[in-house]
Amino acid sequence: MSIACVVGTDLGSTTTKSVILDGDGNILGRGITNSRSDYDRAAKVSRSEAFITARFNLLQREVEQAAGPEVLQRLLDAFRLEQTLAQLDRLHQLVSGALAFGVPGDLSVAATEAVKTIVTRIQQSELKRFEDPNPPKRSDFFRDTVGSAWSTISEEIGDPAGVSFDMLLGLYDKCIIQVENEPLALGFGDHIENALERIGGSEAVKTGVRHAVEAEFDVRGEVGTGYGRQRLPFPKEMIRSEILCHGLGASIMFGGTRTVLDIGGQDTKAIQVDENGIVTSFQMNDRCAAGCGRYLGYIADEMNLGLHELGPLAQESTRTVKINSTCTVFAGAELRERLSLGEKREDILAGLHRAIMLRAMSLLARSGGVEDEFTFTGGVANNPAAVSALRELVTENYGDKVLNISPDSIYTGALGGAIFAHRSAN
Amino acid sequence: MSDQKTDIRQAQKDDSMIIQKEMIAEHYKRLERAPETKEPVVYTFVPGNLTELIRSFGCLPVLPEINALQSGMRGKSREYIAEAEKRGHSEDVCTYVKCDIGMAMAGNIGPTGTKLPKPDLLLLSYTGCYTFMKWFELLREEYDCPCVFLHVPYQGEGNIEPEHRDYMIKQIKEEVIPALEKISGRKYDEDALKERLRLSVQAEDDLVWVLQSAMKKPSPIDAYFGAVYYVGPIFSAFRGTEEGVNYYQALRREVQGRLDAGLGPVAPKGPMAEEKYRLVVEGPPNWTHFREFWQMFADEGAVVVASTYSKVGGTYDFGFRHNPDDPLGTMGDYCAGCYTNHNLPGRIDMLCQYLKDYEADGFLINSVKSCNSFSAGQLMILREVEKRTGLPGGFIESDLVDPRYFSAANIKNRLESYLQMVEARRAGASQKGLSA
Repeated sequence: MSIACVVGTDLGSTTTKSVILDGDGNILGRGITNSRSDYDRAAKVSRSEAFITARFNLLQREVEQAAGPEVLQRLLDAFRLEQTLAQLDRLHQLVSGALAFGVPGDLSVAATEAVKTIVTRIQQSELKRFEDPNPPKRSDFFRDTVGSAWSTISEEIGDPAGVSFDMLLGLYDKCIIQVENEPLALGFGDHIENALERIGGSEAVKTGVRHAVEAEFDVRGEVGTGYGRQRLPFPKEMIRSEILCHGLGASIMFGGTRTVLDIGGQDTKAIQVDENGIVTSFQMNDRCAAGCGRYLGYIADEMNLGLHELGPLAQESTRTVKINSTCTVFAGAELRERLSLGEKREDILAGLHRAIMLRAMSLLARSGGVEDEFTFTGGVANNPAAVSALRELVTENYGDKVLNISPDSIYTGALGGAIFAHRSAN
Repeated sequence: MSDQKTDIRQAQKDDSMIIQKEMIAEHYKRLERAPETKEPVVYTFVPGNLTELIRSFGCLPVLPEINALQSGMRGKSREYIAEAEKRGHSEDVCTYVKCDIGMAMAGNIGPTGTKLPKPDLLLLSYTGCYTFMKWFELLREEYDCPCVFLHVPYQGEGNIEPEHRDYMIKQIKEEVIPALEKISGRKYDEDALKERLRLSVQAEDDLVWVLQSAMKKPSPIDAYFGAVYYVGPIFSAFRGTEEGVNYYQALRREVQGRLDAGLGPVAPKGPMAEEKYRLVVEGPPNWTHFREFWQMFADEGAVVVASTYSKVGGTYDFGFRHNPDDPLGTMGDYCAGCYTNHNLPGRIDMLCQYLKDYEADGFLINSVKSCNSFSAGQLMILREVEKRTGLPGGFIESDLVDPRYFSAANIKNRLESYLQMVEARRAGASQKGLSA
């Protein structure tokens, strides 16, 4: 079976996303990874991830008919577990190698033991998570999840006079880059058999999996967008600006879209589109990336919180603190000052979210205002406090407007790219 | 490899650019010798400059903005700006001012490496930029020399009234001429002035011909990046001179040659292969990354067919020519007619006219971060021109000569996005046309 498809890839400053469309323009698969320092690798990983979900989509009908949707989800979870364990194994191997050079001889036995303890505990907690019917929310990226566990365990077992926390974390930092940047076998075919074995699927499920493994994809076109787009090995005409891709992607997600706000890692875009999703006007932040996704990342670090925890915490606020600084670093200082004055974290965070959105409002105004319908995309659209602040400000300034947010909004640019590829291919 | 590249770039320079380079070098040498030759030196600004009058007294003009932009192009502005900031000029002050002040502090070595003489007179022709006043105030303090102020009434209502003209003539007669007589020791010679104005007209005719050649498809010139060179002599020291006339004749021949051969403009990396987009641009270019900025356009096949910046020293393409029969009145008309002295509706009209006359696909505004005078109102201009013409507008931000304000990745991103938007709209329009 050969399936005609096209791929859109959005190489963002923080994350890289790919979307695969079938011959009819329906979404077949989506993949995401952190952009790391290697855009080429990031593009390959997100593309490969998109093909993994595409194959899961292919086996969806067979597996669901044969065994129900829970089994499919279970299979997917098992597959993710296998991927994580494979990466963890590789990390262990690399760290063991690095031990020989980076650790004084008298500590090497103790360090080897400590690393083994960390790896074993992470393996156990991953297995436990797999058994948990409602595992807590966490980042999708190996670097984040394993990094945070590694740090917690190292803190616990580190010995300031011997194998210290810094030493253990240093080993992790040294090796994680290689794990991310070397071509590790993490594809569908590499782990689906083990995943299947882990859940012990029926014959019908196995047949479905075999079909999915055998499926061939005939990629008819690819379009790249985003900050790293020039790095993609595509002809110039297949590289599109993310402004056009976001405009088109948002119009495909929500047909009535006329104004798009996209807040990504390092830029904010206010885009006006016509009824065909063609951009008619746009404005972007210039020279300064305050108020973008990275601003929130910085604030999360300052508060010792995960990025995904910021929004929910800010929503507990009862009283928004006014934050004046638009500079990220100054906002950090203002934040510490407010904390020392006894303001509550959630109230300060609510203020920070509002400050971000005030900057976005200024760009929106410059691009021509907010028209009905208004679609909010990019990673920051996943943050509920950012969304409430935006909704409030739009209503204050432009009256009631339909505000569209898709849970898949992070893929908007990649989707737009894929649609361009689909149109060129047909 | 890099040597080879340099050779190619050298080879790609237009002949007119080489002539101009020599003219400028010669002028700076003459300026350097001025303290010995006793030729009086007058500092004055580009918009509303009275070069013919200055020259008729045997004086030599120095244009501080030209020095600043030349310093920017030659990679010197960063240190000059730093020098001025050290003296207390803040980050937000016009970077032309800081570059010029910094250059003076660092020994007043001009862009070609020769020393610039001190001014004998500061001739401030006020044509819409209030920073000019503050700038000369600083120079007056520095050089302790006379400063004469020609107040050019702003075209608030969009035209030059007879009383505006009388007011300017009176000032030229009663203040500017006596000041020039005093520093030169010569009497005002109206015949000499008229002769210079006659030379101006010849150069002006040729310049307009060159700028309007961009109406042809493909355009043989880039009317923004290329025009910056073309307007150089006429906006600065060479209006009303034989060298100026010769330069414009040579330039016209060169452009005629490209027209005959059906060739496009010569961009930094060589002749442009294809004219994919015809654009109109508002605002000055960035000087610190001038070639890189130009090449971004050229790489995308974007040719600028008209620009307002190339009119800051005179709006000749709308019909103005110096009139030798009315020497003082014509200088007044000239000053009041400079682009910088136009009100916002006037600037909007001009852009709309250009979009129509030059059959452009759209327009771009390069907004200058440190220029409050002209950046104010540009978004309003953008919206209004879009509304009137239905053509897409784009907005880029950079700075004149502060390299810290040029973010190449950001600008490239905006420019590419803008051009792809033009392309998508063009495709959309043609599809609609087909279905209709």
